[in-house]
Amino acid sequence: MSQDGAPRMETMPRAKIEIRDVNVRFGATRALKGVSLDVFAHEILAVIGPANSGKSSLLLAMNRMIDRIPRARVEGRVLLDGRDVRDFASVEELRRRIGMVFALPIPLPMTIRENLLFGPLMARRLSRAEADRRVEASLRAAFLWDEVKDRLHTSALQLSGGQQQRLCIARTLAVKPEVILFDEPCSGLDPISTAKVEEAMKELKRDHTLVLVTNNTKQAARVGDRTAFLLMGDLIEVDRTERIFTAPAQRRTEEYVTGQFG
Amino acid sequence: MRISPLTTQGIAKVLLALACAAAVVALIFVVGFVLAGGLRHVTWAFLTQPILDMGRAGGILPAIVGTLMMVFVAIGIAAPLGVASAIYLAEYTVESRITQGIRFGINCLAGVPSIIFGLFGFILFVVILGFGWSILSGGFSLAAMILPTIIRTAEEALRSVPRQYRDVAASLGATRWQVVTKSVLPYALPGILTGIILGIGRSIEETAVVIFTAGSAVQMPHSVFDSARTMAVHFYILAREGVSNENAYATAAVLICTILVINVGAYSLMHRMMRGRRVA
Repeated sequence: MSQDGAPRMETMPRAKIEIRDVNVRFGATRALKGVSLDVFAHEILAVIGPANSGKSSLLLAMNRMIDRIPRARVEGRVLLDGRDVRDFASVEELRRRIGMVFALPIPLPMTIRENLLFGPLMARRLSRAEADRRVEASLRAAFLWDEVKDRLHTSALQLSGGQQQRLCIARTLAVKPEVILFDEPCSGLDPISTAKVEEAMKELKRDHTLVLVTNNTKQAARVGDRTAFLLMGDLIEVDRTERIFTAPAQRRTEEYVTGQFG
Repeated sequence: MRISPLTTQGIAKVLLALACAAAVVALIFVVGFVLAGGLRHVTWAFLTQPILDMGRAGGILPAIVGTLMMVFVAIGIAAPLGVASAIYLAEYTVESRITQGIRFGINCLAGVPSIIFGLFGFILFVVILGFGWSILSGGFSLAAMILPTIIRTAEEALRSVPRQYRDVAASLGATRWQVVTKSVLPYALPGILTGIILGIGRSIEETAVVIFTAGSAVQMPHSVFDSARTMAVHFYILAREGVSNENAYATAAVLICTILVINVGAYSLMHRMMRGRRVA
């Protein structure tokens, strides 16, 4: 058993993202206090913790969306395949490799097809056939194809909430990212829609690496390969999910996952 | 005694409706008065003939052409400049003392009387830059006058686009410029266009600036370097100097119809552009 609970395999799991002593400040407020953590290739790393624990800051630091927040400061290093995310000449390239799904479904007010091609077309032109393939593949991977294949040219805003969130996942997939960050993706969804999104996530880890920030500890238990517990900006513990939920090393982890606070 | 909420609610409703009715009645009176007094003198000849005998006879074709040219120059300068400034302020700067200062300056400029812009335009464009009394000087001065309005309305429109649209676009690998052009501008367009239409309206109706910077030649302008009078100036001179009341009102009627046509045209153009992007 490795120190941070990496699944034991024939070979050491490859770290897709390495987070090294990362501090995040918003003005005078410290949102993340020296967190170090690896995200392994093809795993779902669930990140749990109460409000203001720094979960979202951790996520936003990975694809540098945090650069868009004026008062935010990041110290420490975040490495993607061993390369510091701040060394990317274009932040756009980084964000194409590390995609993101937001808490609330935010379809852009255009058609379903236009939503899916929005990302790819930012990078380059696509042939008609290529665009068709990209749309279908992304929708299939997000378990949405059968529901919308006959109305790709209608407004994405007409979809139900659950469908909209799967559309947003498909839209992220259309850019062909290697890593996908989910920021509480089911917080506005009903249980059935949530189940569909979780099903999609489990499939996606075959070709992607997933980080799932969630307020819902049960969701972490259902889909996370490993789970990290953050509290007030500190990483309390990270281990295989079943250990976090059955025999955590830290008392505070146990108190949180058993619902004694949070 | 306490008045019941139902009574205050009823009173409020009546007062609000009355205020709205007063605005509509005032509008109908003004437009109706001008059209009633002017329309019957508007003939095909009036629209297509040169100004004769200082406006006592003939038509107003040179004033119509002068108006269109001058508004075209003014909007051609102010719209791109204003929208670009608004994009810079709303999308490229972080709120700070400097942006607050810029915004304060713009707001002050919006409140400056037009005659000041006329004087400024006369000194800068007519005299120092040597454009003389011309459509060019008039257009530049009008542009300076309507610029603050366009910047303010465009910035409001940009800021009203949900922040999430920008986040989504950025997370999908869009550059800042792509974020602006693909996921902000399309949705801010109606608001931006409203500001531009307001600018067109203010340019068309303006007299002080035009008299100071474009003069009031009655001849047909052949280029932007010629002096010209706009319909508003023509009306002002005819009415003020008692040249011809009939022709003054006829000019005013044409002026009002022009503004109406431009507004209707601009809004239907906008609807056509927005149709593909209609929100469910």
